[in-house]
Amino acid sequence: MKGGVNTMGDGRRRWLRWALVTPYLWLLLFFLAPFVIILKISMADPLVALPPFTPLLDWAQQGWARLHLTLDNYLFLFQDNYYVMHYLGSLKMAAVSTLLCLLLGYPMAYFIARQSGRRRHLLLLAVILPFWISFLLRVYAWMGLLNTRGVINTVLMWSGVIDEPLQLMYNDFAVYLGIVYSYLPFMILPLYARLERMDHDLVDAALDLGARRRDVFFDIILPLSMPGVIGGCLLVFIPAIGEFIIPALLGGADTLMIGRALWDEFFINRDWPVASAVSVVLLLILVLPIMWFQRIQSRDGVGVRA
Amino acid sequence: MRQRATGLLTVAAFGYAFLYLPIVSVMVYSFNDSRLVTLWGGFSLRWYRALLENEAVLSAAVLSVQIALASATVATLMGTLVGLGLHRLGRFRGRTLLTGMITAPLVMPEIITGISLLFLFISLGEWIGWPTTRGATTISIAHITFSMAYVAVIVRARLAGMDESLEDAAMDLGGRPLQVFIDVTVPTIAPAMISGWLLAFTLSLDDVVIASFVSGPGATTLPMLIFSKVKLGVTPDINALATVIILLVSAGVIAAAWIGRRTPAGGSG
Repeated sequence: MKGGVNTMGDGRRRWLRWALVTPYLWLLLFFLAPFVIILKISMADPLVALPPFTPLLDWAQQGWARLHLTLDNYLFLFQDNYYVMHYLGSLKMAAVSTLLCLLLGYPMAYFIARQSGRRRHLLLLAVILPFWISFLLRVYAWMGLLNTRGVINTVLMWSGVIDEPLQLMYNDFAVYLGIVYSYLPFMILPLYARLERMDHDLVDAALDLGARRRDVFFDIILPLSMPGVIGGCLLVFIPAIGEFIIPALLGGADTLMIGRALWDEFFINRDWPVASAVSVVLLLILVLPIMWFQRIQSRDGVGVRA
Repeated sequence: MRQRATGLLTVAAFGYAFLYLPIVSVMVYSFNDSRLVTLWGGFSLRWYRALLENEAVLSAAVLSVQIALASATVATLMGTLVGLGLHRLGRFRGRTLLTGMITAPLVMPEIITGISLLFLFISLGEWIGWPTTRGATTISIAHITFSMAYVAVIVRARLAGMDESLEDAAMDLGGRPLQVFIDVTVPTIAPAMISGWLLAFTLSLDDVVIASFVSGPGATTLPMLIFSKVKLGVTPDINALATVIILLVSAGVIAAAWIGRRTPAGGSG
């Protein structure tokens, strides 16, 4: 039942069509146009002015517009290792965090899906609740646990496990922890949506017929929940690559993440053309996973079901 | 079977502890009398008192709530229309583009959204003289743009499970399109619109990165204020503020879930 085009009155369609004009124009202006502009600025020369870049169109004497484009900013990105290391670092951080989220989220989603009625609702609510609480405050909460005089170090010192406080914060470990913590609900929800719909009789039947548990998992449960696995992984992986707050609060000086490098380029170096080029390359890296996400999103709506 | 169930239970218990340990820890330490964050100096409400007297925090909170109310409302109206359009209109010109523009914000890195919108506002300012200053309005526009994507997704999911014959019947009985929409369609998708509004409101209240780019001097939202403070480390008054927010949000979510379970149309709330 898609659309009901034939059964639906023409008047209603026309009405909706007109109503759609406003959000359509809105998205063109505030979502699409900014990308055209960022592309334009990424090909401009930096200027010490406000705004600090050359205009795309110089009005020459006869009123001819002369296109002013340069690829220097892109070449600059690859002149030394700085940005390349940050892109690769982000990809690595995001990939490892996604894997960790999956390893923790899968058993949790399976556990919730196997509960019945009221308890399942409560357990699901307990996963969704932190997702509604401010992202920033949840990352901040880890600072209180991890710092050298924080809760974890205090408990470990008091119980005599360690003599000196451990450096738990301002390093990659803390960033992994922060990403896994913040994005865990995004992994669990699509997994749960799949596992809940799975017919558990299949598992019971396989077990009755003498299948080993490991085979049941890899041959039945995992394949059936695969769309949830892919959806959850993309929902963690994509935003994790561009993550800024977590590396900014928990990361160390040597934490390589492109989101923070981009922020510094923009707010500290104030080189807007280079910052734009960094953004464009980041978008290019994300194009494939985003398109993949859009395909499964439009097919079976894996995504925000909070 | 027993062994496996225990293993699963252990992992799940660990997972839930992981989710709630930091939250509980912040709440406990917000009642700590000591200025030293980790030293327990006895129970006290002094940080809450300090919070109430902090003008900057209060005005930032008011600004954030205003932006969140405005942007959630506009995003819900437009997101609902997009959700309806994509579900009902079948094929139309520009559908692929619309689908792309409405799903991309869900996964777009905030930092790119922020930079690109700032550039747009600066360019618009040069070309047409608007916006002259950046602040509440530009932040609201940014929040509407990404929030409406979430609303559209939720409304579409709801419409996918809706019985369209009701609308057809209303039309056959001579209802006018707008009236049918208000009397039949809106009540059916209302739960999705409410969920969408709440999500948009929360996302707006939570945003640091995009607001940092598109805001101007004099307009500091609460998350921007918190971020600038916590960058320097843990402070007891932020613990108190976090506790207030956590309690408010939790009460809201639990109430919404409770209402959602009591009304059969509520779905997953």
